Amino acid sequence: MTSPHRLDSSVRAGRVDRTRRLRGTVDGVELSGHPGDTLASALLAEGRIVAAPSIHRGRPRGILAADCTEPNALVQLHGACPEPMLTATRVELYDGLVAESLSGVGRVGPEADTAVYDKKYVHADVVVIGAGPAGIAAALSAGRSGARVVLVDEQRELGGALLDGTERIDGHPATEWIGRAVRELVELPEVRVLTRASAVGCYEGNYLLVAEKRTDHLAEAGPQQPRQRLWHLRTQRVVLATGAHERPMVFADNDRPGIMLASAVRSYINRYAVLPGQQAVVFTTSDSAYTTALELLDAGARVPALVDTRPDPPAHLAEQVRAAGGQVYPGSAVVGTGGQERISSVRISELDEQGSLTGTPREVECDLLAVCGGWNPVVHLFSQAGGTVRWDPVVAGFLPEEPTGSLPKVVGAARGTYDLAGCLSQGLAAGAEAATTSGFRVAVPPVPPVAGDRPSTRPRPLWLVPAEEGTSEQWHTHFVDLQRDSTVADIWRALGAGMRSVEHVKRYTTISTGQDQGKTSGVNAVGVIADALMAGSPGEVGTTTHRPPYTPVPFALMAGRDRGGLHDPVRTTPMHSWHVAAGAVFEDVGQWKRARYYPRAGEDMDAAVQRECLAARTGVAMQDVSTLGRIEVVGPDAPEFLNRIYTNGFAKLPVGKARYGMMCTADGMVLDDGVSMRLAEDRYLMSTTTGGAAGVLDWLEEWLQTEWPHLGVHCTSVIEQWAAVAVVGPDSRAVVGRIAPELDVSAEAFGFMEFRDTVLRSGVPARICRVSFSGELAYEVNVPAWYGLAVWEEVAEAGADLGITPYGTETMHVLRAEKGFVIVGQDTDGTVTPLDLGMDWVVSRRKDFVGKRSFARPDTARTDRKQLVGLLPMDPQQQLPEGAHLVDPDGPRQPPVPMLGHVTSSYRSAALGRTFALALVADGRRRVGEVLCAPAGGTDIAVEVTKPIFYDEEGVRRDGRQYE
Amino acid sequence: MTVVSTNESSTEVAGLRRSPLAGRRDELAAAGVEGLRGVRLGEEPFLSQVNLRVLPASPAAAGVEQALGTILPREPNRVTGDEHDAALWLGPDEWLVVAPDGRADGIVEAARTAMADSPGSVVDVSANRTTLRLAGPTSREVLEKVCSLDLHPRAFRSGQCAQTLVGRAQVVLWQVGTEPAYRLMVRGSFADYLADLLLDAMAEFTHR
Amino acid sequence: MLQIRCPWCGDREETEFRYGGQAHVDYPRDPAALDDRAWGEYLFVRDNPKGEFAERWVHTAGCRRWFTTVRDTATNQMRAELPSARKPVM
Repeated sequence: MTSPHRLDSSVRAGRVDRTRRLRGTVDGVELSGHPGDTLASALLAEGRIVAAPSIHRGRPRGILAADCTEPNALVQLHGACPEPMLTATRVELYDGLVAESLSGVGRVGPEADTAVYDKKYVHADVVVIGAGPAGIAAALSAGRSGARVVLVDEQRELGGALLDGTERIDGHPATEWIGRAVRELVELPEVRVLTRASAVGCYEGNYLLVAEKRTDHLAEAGPQQPRQRLWHLRTQRVVLATGAHERPMVFADNDRPGIMLASAVRSYINRYAVLPGQQAVVFTTSDSAYTTALELLDAGARVPALVDTRPDPPAHLAEQVRAAGGQVYPGSAVVGTGGQERISSVRISELDEQGSLTGTPREVECDLLAVCGGWNPVVHLFSQAGGTVRWDPVVAGFLPEEPTGSLPKVVGAARGTYDLAGCLSQGLAAGAEAATTSGFRVAVPPVPPVAGDRPSTRPRPLWLVPAEEGTSEQWHTHFVDLQRDSTVADIWRALGAGMRSVEHVKRYTTISTGQDQGKTSGVNAVGVIADALMAGSPGEVGTTTHRPPYTPVPFALMAGRDRGGLHDPVRTTPMHSWHVAAGAVFEDVGQWKRARYYPRAGEDMDAAVQRECLAARTGVAMQDVSTLGRIEVVGPDAPEFLNRIYTNGFAKLPVGKARYGMMCTADGMVLDDGVSMRLAEDRYLMSTTTGGAAGVLDWLEEWLQTEWPHLGVHCTSVIEQWAAVAVVGPDSRAVVGRIAPELDVSAEAFGFMEFRDTVLRSGVPARICRVSFSGELAYEVNVPAWYGLAVWEEVAEAGADLGITPYGTETMHVLRAEKGFVIVGQDTDGTVTPLDLGMDWVVSRRKDFVGKRSFARPDTARTDRKQLVGLLPMDPQQQLPEGAHLVDPDGPRQPPVPMLGHVTSSYRSAALGRTFALALVADGRRRVGEVLCAPAGGTDIAVEVTKPIFYDEEGVRRDGRQYE
Repeated sequence: MTVVSTNESSTEVAGLRRSPLAGRRDELAAAGVEGLRGVRLGEEPFLSQVNLRVLPASPAAAGVEQALGTILPREPNRVTGDEHDAALWLGPDEWLVVAPDGRADGIVEAARTAMADSPGSVVDVSANRTTLRLAGPTSREVLEKVCSLDLHPRAFRSGQCAQTLVGRAQVVLWQVGTEPAYRLMVRGSFADYLADLLLDAMAEFTHR
Repeated sequence: MLQIRCPWCGDREETEFRYGGQAHVDYPRDPAALDDRAWGEYLFVRDNPKGEFAERWVHTAGCRRWFTTVRDTATNQMRAELPSARKPVM
């Protein structure tokens, strides 16, 4: 395979390794190139400049740029890591690469991306973004101080624009200076260099996100090697040396393949040793493209026309071009292009002082048009971090304002300094300053002498090159945003619709909303708007806001390793392995995996739950309740503290006893509930709901630390110190008696809401409490967590002959709902008071507590608030969906339908032989006996409102069989 | 007052204990690699851990220090002692006393006696957390993938600790050696997650 | 993501903290003495300035201590406010 446009190494060596050849295919056609090539440079080397047709209008498009600004050459990669919407200019060639050109829209493949994407958190003193001359200089001077420095660059090798040119530093080619700098940086122990790494976000507090491609460029990566890594950098100082992007020009038919940024032409010639055309016209508004013309000539191309908008370009530059064989047309512009697909000619017209066309246009043949509409300093990151920009008429670009405070320092081309000496000097100074202000004092090194460039003379930006015919609103081939197919006519239509703000015009025309986020179109659009509105300068129009990410970031990289099992912690109890072995079906409760039910062969959930409920009501059953929150509350003022936190009293609770308590927020709404045991005069063990554990601890600490610091109380979370087994049912006494032989479990000796510390038959120390969340006789056996599994098995064994049945959360829900016990967070939602729940008994009238004052607020004291009630579907086999709304059966059925309330819990009861539910209903207690209607899935379910208790209302069962 | 003992001296009872990662001992051991880019992970089960709350300037604090023979570090995120007997700063009036298996009862009793009626709290939390040990030349690089703390030797050294997030799990992170070596003390329910997270972060070094 | 300075533990990521709303809204000494309007304002009415705002945070994943900072709501710049919400007397 030949690469006809690859320059001979005697003309340009380039940064490619010609000793090795890489092969891939693009659009089914084979492609070859070398290590160091991008997909774009390899395509150009083979004369393939044409990209996929444009997104909306299907116009032929070609490679425009050599960097991340590329709007046209989008590709989809196939293979091991299929990825859409990459730019050919940023994809490095590797053996076996398979790509497909895209017309502006990619497709996410259906297959899972199995590559490894991860993250890394690194702290630094100085982070330098961009490793062109200014960035390398900054990293050198900062790194020499001993400060922790990170240098970030999106290219495969350091050097930035120096790699695209022929400048000399210290009397040698700039690449030698780069090589020395890289060697020094790599040897500095506290300097980290990230290549192929794009700084995509720069946030307040000098927080940066850097997306690093680690193995994308390799045909094959090692196992478990991260393909990409998202670096989270925290640093004291940021130096932005992000360079500048060249702007294209806006003229008729400015979108033909073969039209390329002048800087990209330089890059392809010098960095990749590829000559993108043989007959090149250069169209410029400033000095920089003269170098492009000279290098084209030097590389063997003809330059029949260098068209400069300025009537009097610098004489020495024009002379150099002429001397090398080129023609210069000052005070002129390219006003049109011709060609079948690729460009074959341009039309050149003279300009008058106002920028209008004058004279007779001439046609010049070419196969390449290098354009330079000026330069945009890359202020994206500076702007993201909160920096502001201003229009500078001298450099004709938006420049960063001098930063204040810890905002990033901007150096080099990113602040409009385009000469090499200036870039080096600013970089060295900024790096030293950043290190010094970070606590690593260092002097500014001397600036090495340079040759090959000089400060530019003033450019003449021309935002809109008039067409030879028509008026602006008709210029449908003056493309402003190539990726979005948006034109000058589109902007005029937006302005005609009355829009003036660039933010509005952008959204109306979709300019700069593409994958490239308008890197080549944003400022040109501002210029066209300014031109149309006859504003004095683009500065009067302003810019759009730069938002992260600077370049596209794959979702897979943002997700990192937070996928699958690592997405969120799965919390398990010490008995988890037993539940798994028993075939439990699990339910997520917060991060916990809790056994929901234990189906036997052939059972569905209903059948399993009916069986488990029956066991708990008539025999004995056991549940793993280790997930409840537990907090030790210790100190002489612990009784007073709990009295203030709970709605009911705890100060007089005797040692050795437990009490159910409810806590409210200051607005009187239920926050959490649970049973607290008094371990000693000054020591309580509070339990909380599974989901509320962390929040309640914060809540307690908030009151102790910020409102009542004088109270002598300390709280310690002991949630996982304990594993707990609930042993429930009429036969539970027998089982507990067997495992705790030292304990007198008789009702007389061991009353309800009492606890005992004992040693189990196995020798395990345990704390056993008589609490019941089912209404049945029940015990909770608490043991240090590491004994959890052994004691669970001990209980199971001790109850085997009594048919002890493990049960899960679903059965627990049914049992508690039959008794009307609420679950905070299910039957309450932050708008429910204890009184709404009918739990007046838990609200003390004698003492003050958090939330009490709110019960007297008019809205909280209303008697027609939503209250907890029971519901019995008229059809006892019909189960209400939880969340179903309740309406008046005789009320209107066309929206708006007044809502009376909603179902909070709904189950099928083995004990009742029917379905039932709990609900919050407006004025509910007064409605007991009424029939309401629950529209559900297109049918109405009629329900009778009842008291919220369905089973053993007298509470005779909690002490066990002998009391029946 | 009755206190439930969590550190039964009987070895028979102790044999009933099961640490959160007991079933993964071989898996963790097999995942480690030696060498210049090595890293190893293992569980150190059943360490005695006692949570201590006492005002640092009080006579009670001094009494506890004397009773335990340990200085309670006053500087945040510091550890006194070594990895066998240590006091970790958890808060301005809160410490975690760490000792080998079986010592919790003695520590609790000694500290409570020393504290007498002074405000404060002594709670055995030995079973609350288990301990993962991550060690080896690349262990810091592994942690940097899952923890946002600045773990550079200039910022975090042997003898320092921090309560922080590793992945989405709260841990007490404690650097115990300069190799470097770290202890990650984590609540039992998160142990599997944390082990999975660390094994995953180690993979780039262990699959070579 | 914010980096927040815990007065005890130093700079930590925002994910280690929980927000506690406006600072210096003291729980009334005697709630019963307040009329409904005054109590309602204590419960529900908070400032929402553009600019500096004293607010509370708790270092949930760390030392669990509450503290007060001043944050510029427009720039997210934060500075410590001392004394930090009644630090326990040491």
